[in-house]
Amino acid sequence: MRALKFLAVLSLAVAFGSAAMAEGVTLKISCGAVGQELELCTEGAQAWAKETGNKVEVVSTPNSTTDRLALYQQQLAAGSSDIDVYQIDVIWPGILSDFFIDLNDYVKPDLVKQFFPRIIAANTVDGRLVALPWFTDAGLLYYRTDLLKKYGYSKPPTTWSKMEQMAAKIQAGERQAGNGSFWGFVFQGKAYEGLTCDALEWVFSHNGGTIVDKNGKITINNPNAVKAIQQAAGWVGKIAPPGVTSYQEEEARGVWQAGNAAFMRNWPYAYSLGNSKDSPIRGKFDVTVLPKGGADGQHAATLGGWQLAVSRFSKHPKEAVSLIVYLTGYDEQKRRAIKGSFLPTRPALYKDPDVLAANPFMGKLYDVFVNAVPRPSAQTKQKYNQVSSAFWTAVHNVLVGQTDAATSLRMLEMQLKRIKGRGW
Amino acid sequence: MERVVKHKSKLAARRTRTAWFFLLPSLLVLLLVAAYPLWRTFQLSFYQVSILEFPLKPSWVGLDNYRYLLADPYWWVSLKNTGVFTVISVALETVLGLGIAMVVNARFVGRGMMRTAMLVPWAIPTVVSAQMWRWMYNDVYGVVNDLLMRAHLIAHPLAWLSDPHLALPAIIAVDVWKTTPFMALLLLAGLQSIPHELYEASTVDGASGWQQFWKITLPLLKPALLVALIFRTLDALRVFDVIYVMTGTNPTTMSMSVYARQQLVDFGALGYGSAVSMGIFLIIALFATAYLVSLRVELD
Repeated sequence: MRALKFLAVLSLAVAFGSAAMAEGVTLKISCGAVGQELELCTEGAQAWAKETGNKVEVVSTPNSTTDRLALYQQQLAAGSSDIDVYQIDVIWPGILSDFFIDLNDYVKPDLVKQFFPRIIAANTVDGRLVALPWFTDAGLLYYRTDLLKKYGYSKPPTTWSKMEQMAAKIQAGERQAGNGSFWGFVFQGKAYEGLTCDALEWVFSHNGGTIVDKNGKITINNPNAVKAIQQAAGWVGKIAPPGVTSYQEEEARGVWQAGNAAFMRNWPYAYSLGNSKDSPIRGKFDVTVLPKGGADGQHAATLGGWQLAVSRFSKHPKEAVSLIVYLTGYDEQKRRAIKGSFLPTRPALYKDPDVLAANPFMGKLYDVFVNAVPRPSAQTKQKYNQVSSAFWTAVHNVLVGQTDAATSLRMLEMQLKRIKGRGW
Repeated sequence: MERVVKHKSKLAARRTRTAWFFLLPSLLVLLLVAAYPLWRTFQLSFYQVSILEFPLKPSWVGLDNYRYLLADPYWWVSLKNTGVFTVISVALETVLGLGIAMVVNARFVGRGMMRTAMLVPWAIPTVVSAQMWRWMYNDVYGVVNDLLMRAHLIAHPLAWLSDPHLALPAIIAVDVWKTTPFMALLLLAGLQSIPHELYEASTVDGASGWQQFWKITLPLLKPALLVALIFRTLDALRVFDVIYVMTGTNPTTMSMSVYARQQLVDFGALGYGSAVSMGIFLIIALFATAYLVSLRVELD
């Protein structure tokens, strides 16, 4: 009896305690840590905390998207309320939608209309808006303006074959000039989600489709895709370092920013870092759209980008929504665009003079960003991760020379059919 | 006569009861931590369940998961990798371990230090040492390439962990580096239990060191050797950390456990992942039984 009384008093005390705390809650947000991501995320979150009188703790996550998804899945499947706000990849809404709250219940339709409709569509699953777009991404070709000029080129390459030639010539010249560790081209060749992005660009630019088409049909085993992958395999060890098959974004940027590559495929975040004060290549490079696969090919950039979602297990959903509305707001996205060259998800920002002054490419390449190629996550739904894993594995096997592209893609088609089973 | 037997059986019965009484706690713990999870895994392997669904919606699929397993080329690749890894790493560790055990069993100055120093690789957590080796193997700034280039053994830096021909051997080398001390320790204990008189007697009889090794050391070391082999083989068959840290889920080096983790964690496929776990369980059980039978034969 006495114990019961004690418990009653204790729970009352706890209840009062939490009532007293109600005006300031503590949220946890998971942010990426590639390049300046973590720094910018922390600054933004703290600014919100100051404005609203709450507290925010930033949880950093693995750089590899693949590892990050595994971590999130464990957290969410366990029903953990540790993290309130998740930074999620554009391909995850379909995979993780069950675990996030429907933002339509919290934000006004007017606010939603301020974002690119296409990205909002990507974040809407069965009519539920599971995340707000934070920044978008598209693969870009980085090139050294000074070296192009030095070797007599007036403009960046428009086809992959031309890029190959230019890279080879510049590489040979720079090596002769004494830089033994100079390479023509770096990209993301490790067996992980990043390779799916790069390889989709190669394949799509050769008119080889998007692995699985809009209707869910497996299309990857076609001659154009074979040609694209085979060509990329020829770069490894010739114009790209042999170790490129273990590079993620940051490894590629490491070689590039040290001034040891003529071309790089990467996301826009590397733009402002390359132009930072202590960067050896500051002012010596520019970005453009990725090359076409031959004269009758097309330019292609894989659609990337990150969104903010609120966990259904969060104890403070209202405050969490307030945080993501703040972070995805006009001013915060503007700050991030200027300081970190993160692509805004609000069309209005592409007309903002300050943004354009800091990142001229954002105006020039607007069409590229708007027309970026999505990975087949919408059609493959919860099986996307398996599809992507099978794809990057098949491509990686060709890059490291274990098999040829034709064989690899034939086997991939069989594998994808097995994963599809009776349906996606 | 009859009374004696009866008395004896009564005593035996009591002893059996006491024995069971003492075994009970450990049996309960075993049931809880081994039998129950195994039973749940077995059950789950007949369902299709995804951890990405909230709440979970398991659906009965019968033997579909097992059919998929047998048809998945990557399962067979991971089985092959595990087999190669186990055979080569255990063989090397046994031979090297025996050599080191014999050396530190001999009497020399600084033997105590030597025995302690030898255990350093074994004492470092695998995740840490695997990460360390991953840096050392790096194709651009790795020390392994640097040393080999300086020694003029290779002309160009090698991409140790991304070249499909080098990755598995490179990982096996790390495992051998790490686990040989453990093998040596087990074998050293075996060596120390061999009575010294045998060597003295055989020396008097004029046996050479070589003869002593084959006729005395090896036969008497057999039980210890077998136990060490069982330990290492069963351990190597479920290898995970060293491979996962160094090359992730790359199929050229993926082991059975890495494959199972990919299905369970990356793809969230609880049902299929459970079927994979049952497959691994069966394979390891097979090896354990084979070893135990041979051990019994050997010790009797």
